Amino acid sequence: MKVKKIGMADLGALKAPGILTTLGLGSCVGIALYDTVNQIAGLAHIMLPSSKEIRNNKNKAKFADTAIDILVDEMIKLGAKKNNIRAKIAGGSQMFSFNIKNDILKIGERNVEATKKKLRDLNIEIVAEDTGGNYGRTIELDAKDGSLCVKTIGHGSKVI
Amino acid sequence: MKVSIDNLNSMLLDVLKELGNIGAGNAATALAKMINKKVDMKVPKIKILDFKDVPDILGGEEKPVVGIYFQMNGDIKGNIMLVLDVGSARNLVDIMFNTRTNREKFDEMELSALSEVGNILSASYVNSLSTLINLDLKISVPSISIDMAGAILSVPAVQFGQVGDKVLFIETEFQEDEKQVLGDLFLIPNMESFETILKQLGVIENEG
Repeated sequence: MKVKKIGMADLGALKAPGILTTLGLGSCVGIALYDTVNQIAGLAHIMLPSSKEIRNNKNKAKFADTAIDILVDEMIKLGAKKNNIRAKIAGGSQMFSFNIKNDILKIGERNVEATKKKLRDLNIEIVAEDTGGNYGRTIELDAKDGSLCVKTIGHGSKVI
Repeated sequence: MKVSIDNLNSMLLDVLKELGNIGAGNAATALAKMINKKVDMKVPKIKILDFKDVPDILGGEEKPVVGIYFQMNGDIKGNIMLVLDVGSARNLVDIMFNTRTNREKFDEMELSALSEVGNILSASYVNSLSTLINLDLKISVPSISIDMAGAILSVPAVQFGQVGDKVLFIETEFQEDEKQVLGDLFLIPNMESFETILKQLGVIENEG
């Protein structure tokens, strides 16, 4: 089966049979979109919540607010229908912690919030999520049924 | 022209290499003092990579690595992260405790020792930088995490992601006897501090 790897600040879509995967999500969020009727899936690996807060925002796949629009477009190009698209999200953990307040450390939490807001704005339902914590995740999205496998080191693996 | 990580000139790279050299030299000396043994070091390499290529240097996104992370305060604000592959971290612990184990897991005592070495190594770099640019710098207590390389490296990547699309770091290799320790040090000044450093180094002119 075809396996397409999505890197950091990257996105991609494909038609079944095939798997989209992104490895070692930390504070980044993996946004898995799928249309089971047309068996088309898309995956984005975003790093930051908003393109509006950053001067250098050329790479649209880097931000929650811009990546999801592009991902939906790519899926529609492959034959997906907007109304069929559902979402599952994973990641957004806090790998390090300090006693002192620091916004950059909360970036995982902010990435998850921004992702949820954007999906809500687009009327895309979030069916499942595995977010937060202080550990990394690898995810695999099956384009056929939209099942999302989440693997970790020392925190088990599961399918959501 | 606005200077950023994406368009560093060769002069700045030379300056950073020199900083890496002095920093690693000081770090090797500090480490040698601590363990009371001779520590050799190789000339550090300065690397600038795209986000997606960074985990490859550590053996792939899913390979477990040790990350030791600090906050930088004073005239320059930002973070420092020292990343060791698990083998190097084990060698480092063995060098310190004069043991020879092959365990992949680390106990509390060993984690605390690793944090302390991370502290000494990072402080050596920060002191070199502080002297070189003549600014006051301090680092916080360390926070340590062992997890997938991709997840650990997402932390500096996200911070660099706010200033550009590339990551800059210093690769250092220490050796004591036959035990090798390969470490990558990520120096991550925040946006304003990055410009402060470049100005202090004379790489960019003071504007207006």
